[in-house]
Amino acid sequence: MSLKDKVALITGASRGIGKAIAMELALMGSSIAFISKNPLQVEQTEKMLQNLGVRTKGYALDISEISQLKKTIDDILKEFGQIDFLINNAGKTEDRLLLRMSEADWDSVMNINLKASFFMIKFVGKHFLSRNYGKIINISSISGLTGIPGQANYAASKAGLIGLTKTVAKELGPRGITCNAICPGFIETDMTQHLPLERKEKILKEIPLGRFGKAEEVAKLAVFLLGPGGDYITGQCFIIDGGLLA
Amino acid sequence: MAEKKSIEERVKNIIVEQLGVNPEQVTPKARFIEDLGADSLDTVELVMAFEEEFNVEVPDEEAEKLQTVGDVIRYIEENLEEES
Ligand SMILES: NC(=O)c1ccc[n+]([C@@H]2O[C@H](COP(=O)([O-])OP(=O)(O)OC[C@H]3O[C@@H](n4cnc5c(N)ncnc54)[C@H](OP(=O)(O)O)[C@@H]3O)[C@@H](O)[C@H]2O)c1
Repeated sequence: MSLKDKVALITGASRGIGKAIAMELALMGSSIAFISKNPLQVEQTEKMLQNLGVRTKGYALDISEISQLKKTIDDILKEFGQIDFLINNAGKTEDRLLLRMSEADWDSVMNINLKASFFMIKFVGKHFLSRNYGKIINISSISGLTGIPGQANYAASKAGLIGLTKTVAKELGPRGITCNAICPGFIETDMTQHLPLERKEKILKEIPLGRFGKAEEVAKLAVFLLGPGGDYITGQCFIIDGGLLA
Repeated sequence: MAEKKSIEERVKNIIVEQLGVNPEQVTPKARFIEDLGADSLDTVELVMAFEEEFNVEVPDEEAEKLQTVGDVIRYIEENLEEES
């Protein structure tokens, strides 16, 4: 499979799952535009992708700065000429018992995970509309399907992404634009690295496959959906969790 | 230089091209959805085309109010700054 003439825009591509998606797409030949927060990480990821021989450019931006997003997307369109794939991957947790959760905890997680994804879709969606083509993937989470104690804000944001995904699929489907969500379980990234050991062991016991997933495994699912295999799939939510929710 | 077309003509051309309707149908009173057969996404695309043609930015809340050909011509006449 080759995705050589495609341009992907990925948020949060400098670490973890987003980086793995960028690498897998680069291996298929896609050009990669990405937005992450930390300028140093952006530079490093850009170099790494360049070494794979694809066209790439990273943009250092906090995606919760909505007013800057549109300008950045305009810059990307100028630079790359088109966008074919949008992957809303950037996300954060701010776990706390809901009875102790502050307004700031709630807002920051909602703004990055849900609000920024909405505006990414809105801004890139106009471009997709003008081309009658586009594939959108929102990285949700099993937390948004089952709820996880300590993640009231995160679970709500990820459940929100699923509602958003389905609405986008229905609104933009008539123009050949697809939108799906991926709900990973526990994946080995910085996000899960700091889980307390006992908690980790407890979770592992509940996962039928007996291990955390790898970022590359999530990336391969994303690439499948972005490739021809995903052409007739829209509005769906794909769980990749080693059987945790089975 | 080619003779400058009026705003009305340019608006009409865009509508004819985007919606594939006959020029005679595109009267100022014509409503995009009810009379010209546009769906709601067509109206979004139309506004994008007007924005590009006239180099204006139409805020979402204004875009929603542009329901007839005349609404658009009026809006552009009022908001056009470029082109002296
Ligand atoms: N890991 C899991 O087990 C798991 C499970 C389910 C769902 N997910 C979801 O998968 C996605 C990726 O998670 P991950 O585990 O790969 O996380 P990660 O390793 O913590 O990486 C997060 C990425 O998002 C970027 N980012 C965070 N906040 C941002 C902001 N405000 N503006 C721009 N970029 C921002 C980070 O950029 P910087 O490097 O610049 O900070 C980084 O590249 C998230 O949406 C997460 O909720 C993860």
